[in-house]
Amino acid sequence: MKKDLVIIGGGPAGLAAAIAAKEAGVEDLLVLERDSRLGGILNQCIHNGFGLHTFKEELTGPEYAARYIEKAEALDIPCKLNTMVIDLAAEGGRKRVTVMNRQEGLYEIEARAVILAMGCRERPRGALNIPGYRPAGIYTAGTAQRYVNIEGRMPGREVVVLGSGDIGLIMARRMTLEGAKVKLVAELMPYSGGLKRNIVQCLDDFDIPLKLSHTVVDIKGKERVEGVTIARVDENSKPIPGTEEEVACDTLLLSCGLIPENELSESIGVAINPATGGPFVNESLETDREGVFACGNVLHVHDLVDYVSEESSQAGRNAAAYLQGALAGKGKAISLRAADGIRYTVPASIDVSRMGETQTVRFRVGSVYRDAALEVTCGGRVLKHIDKRVLAPGEMEQVVLKRSELQNIGNSESITFSVRTEKREV
Amino acid sequence: MYDVIVIGAGVSGCAVARELSRYRLRTAVLERACDVCGGTSKANSGVVHAGYDAKPGSLKAKLNVEGSRMMEALSKELDFPYKRNGSLVLCFDEKDLPALRKLYDQGQENGVEGLEILSKEQLKKLEPHVSDRAVAALHAPAGGIVCPFGLTLALAENAAENGVEFRFETEVLKIEKTETGYRIFTDRGTLDARAVVNAAGVYADRFHNMVSEEKIHITPRKGEYCLMDRKVGGLVSHTIFQLPTVYGKGVLVTPTVHGNLLAGPTAIDVEDPESVNTTSEGLEDVMRRAALSVDDLPVKQVITSFAGLRAHEDGNDFIIGQAKGASGFFDAAGIESPGLTCAPALGKYLAKLILEYLPADEKPDFIARRKGIPSMALASLEEKKRLIKENPLYANVICRCELVTEGEILDAIHRPLGATTLDGVKWRTRAGMGRCQAGFCSPKVVEILARELGRDMSEIRKNDGGSRFLTGYDKDGIDG
Repeated sequence: MKKDLVIIGGGPAGLAAAIAAKEAGVEDLLVLERDSRLGGILNQCIHNGFGLHTFKEELTGPEYAARYIEKAEALDIPCKLNTMVIDLAAEGGRKRVTVMNRQEGLYEIEARAVILAMGCRERPRGALNIPGYRPAGIYTAGTAQRYVNIEGRMPGREVVVLGSGDIGLIMARRMTLEGAKVKLVAELMPYSGGLKRNIVQCLDDFDIPLKLSHTVVDIKGKERVEGVTIARVDENSKPIPGTEEEVACDTLLLSCGLIPENELSESIGVAINPATGGPFVNESLETDREGVFACGNVLHVHDLVDYVSEESSQAGRNAAAYLQGALAGKGKAISLRAADGIRYTVPASIDVSRMGETQTVRFRVGSVYRDAALEVTCGGRVLKHIDKRVLAPGEMEQVVLKRSELQNIGNSESITFSVRTEKREV
Repeated sequence: MYDVIVIGAGVSGCAVARELSRYRLRTAVLERACDVCGGTSKANSGVVHAGYDAKPGSLKAKLNVEGSRMMEALSKELDFPYKRNGSLVLCFDEKDLPALRKLYDQGQENGVEGLEILSKEQLKKLEPHVSDRAVAALHAPAGGIVCPFGLTLALAENAAENGVEFRFETEVLKIEKTETGYRIFTDRGTLDARAVVNAAGVYADRFHNMVSEEKIHITPRKGEYCLMDRKVGGLVSHTIFQLPTVYGKGVLVTPTVHGNLLAGPTAIDVEDPESVNTTSEGLEDVMRRAALSVDDLPVKQVITSFAGLRAHEDGNDFIIGQAKGASGFFDAAGIESPGLTCAPALGKYLAKLILEYLPADEKPDFIARRKGIPSMALASLEEKKRLIKENPLYANVICRCELVTEGEILDAIHRPLGATTLDGVKWRTRAGMGRCQAGFCSPKVVEILARELGRDMSEIRKNDGGSRFLTGYDKDGIDG
């Protein structure tokens, strides 16, 4: 089988990318989805709060997904469900996508361009090195969310949540609404990893304590979780002896970070940025492999799906431009440096000759800052200075650069993103 | 009345059972857990030791070298993953060279093939990521790696296919000598047998001491391990041991037979024979010591950690054979490292002793070969296509990290001694063994188990006892 464009993943990223590519004139495209329905993880996110930026209204996850699924259907975009991509390789200028499913067996698709939109996975207990027993009752928050929201089943009654990532906060509320007792949320860092609005709406409103600078240091129970020991940690995240506290519970939910799923990206040799776990991309969201684009949580973990959709539409349009020969010709790439409190930038480089009128640069900060500013500099010159009342790692930040701003930086090879601050909290 | 009752469905018990199944004997294996390989056999290094460690002339040395030699042929006969990757013992100090030489001589005396001492340069050429601190190494090309579940399951399934009865979730409480043999009291009734094999791991002393005047004492010795992502499994190709140093006994770093990287174990004596919990000290210790052997140990690639208990007997040797003053009661006690390696030889050795005590004819219809579950992850493209053609469910991926399909999971559930729990599926297929650690696939596997076993999802367990995943329905217990 031959296709101009193959999109791996039919979640919010893949759908938005496919729609944008089709609208930009790509007729011969195909979305590959491993699950039995489109929409990805949104299908189990039955809470509201999605789409405020995109649709100016509050939707649930399935509602938000439905808008894109309906549009993809209206545009006649072909999607294969229950289909797993098991290998991705480069062959000459083309990409070989090896897939399998029950109906058609195992076969290869030759694609001129590929958009990576595989999303991310949750960091498991083992990667957190939490000592103790290994009983039933330890779930990542997303797995618990699937049991509760899709299967209608409760994975436990008395719950401790480790990690204050958004899914953990959402699940603290969901478990409470479904009749469980959520005893506390422990967070290793001195600040939450989730959105402020989720702390308020999911914990404060339900009187669930958030214990910052705390972690789980032991898990008890040989068959089913019987309790955990939490302890305060010092500034190096090491547990402080003597601060241990036993908490009886039958369930431990983990919300300790998301990891972009880039195994396929790596199989085709895409370079991965250790700061994001996702590919290094240029202004076109193209990886260092020509014709391979990336968007959504496989590129970097987003806070809001609205930004996933926006970014992925851009990837779809760029893939279309690539297929139509409009991305040809490379100018000089300016590299984007993340410094002083900025963890990374997406993209990692900008070729001014290929960028649009504006270029959105997304990134996260490494700590909580108050009354600070984001600065973009080139040499000693400040290109942008944006005052920020609060900057937090849980919220993605973005700066929009104009082409005109980058055209007059002369021969400089890089621009630098940094946090300017007098006061750093914590 | 059984001819032989084996207590414990670990690797030793299953190896003996499989050997006995060649003969006209009515044999049963009693296991406290709900599956085979639930104790000591489960959590270890998965290493097939070449045989230079054991004291020359000891039974341990003999069984080790024999077991290591048998493993390859057995892996073909019973279709389980095994690889002869060779092992290296690193020496970190010129002063320790005599100790390395002694190990070499000991290996020679034990009959280990192919041993050689490598210079630093030879070592670096063979294993580029080995630390510069290593000044020399003992190379044992006969060393290998095996899947502990794979080996134990293969032995057990083959034994079952040849008529051995397995009784799971059956805990032996008491053993009494009778006129004709032994009476075994369990939590599920009383059984009689002419002969008993005590392969009860960390509990073997308890049963031995019920019938023998010569008491033994087993100390559970905890070993903690860290398992790393398959991405970094190629860091080393050999199993890398450390010559004991001033820092202690040392830990190993090895690729596993499935391509992960494994580091461990610690060695801490504990009292509770159930304490398979990891500790922060233990896990830190493992990674710190492992970092002595290889440069750039990928600590961030740890996907899980676990602890196992070795059955260490105070006399520091295997106790294999008829217990003193208890004719017909055969021990396989104190089986710690290299117990996994020894298992095939131990099975033969003990079966021979039992047959001398309880003569029986060979069965003409003994089925020697066993076919394992096909692995889509390991199959070539052509094999994959063939399997899918045979059964389209081999194209329905359930565990994305390890590429395990519904076809394989159904095989695991419906074969002899099939899986009934999530861990049972995991051990047989690797579903859930990968980098997401069952985050994505566990709800699907729970659903498949429930469907295939005709149970409700809430009844599906992780492994033993009360290890259920689900506690009820949404909004249970909310008034109104």
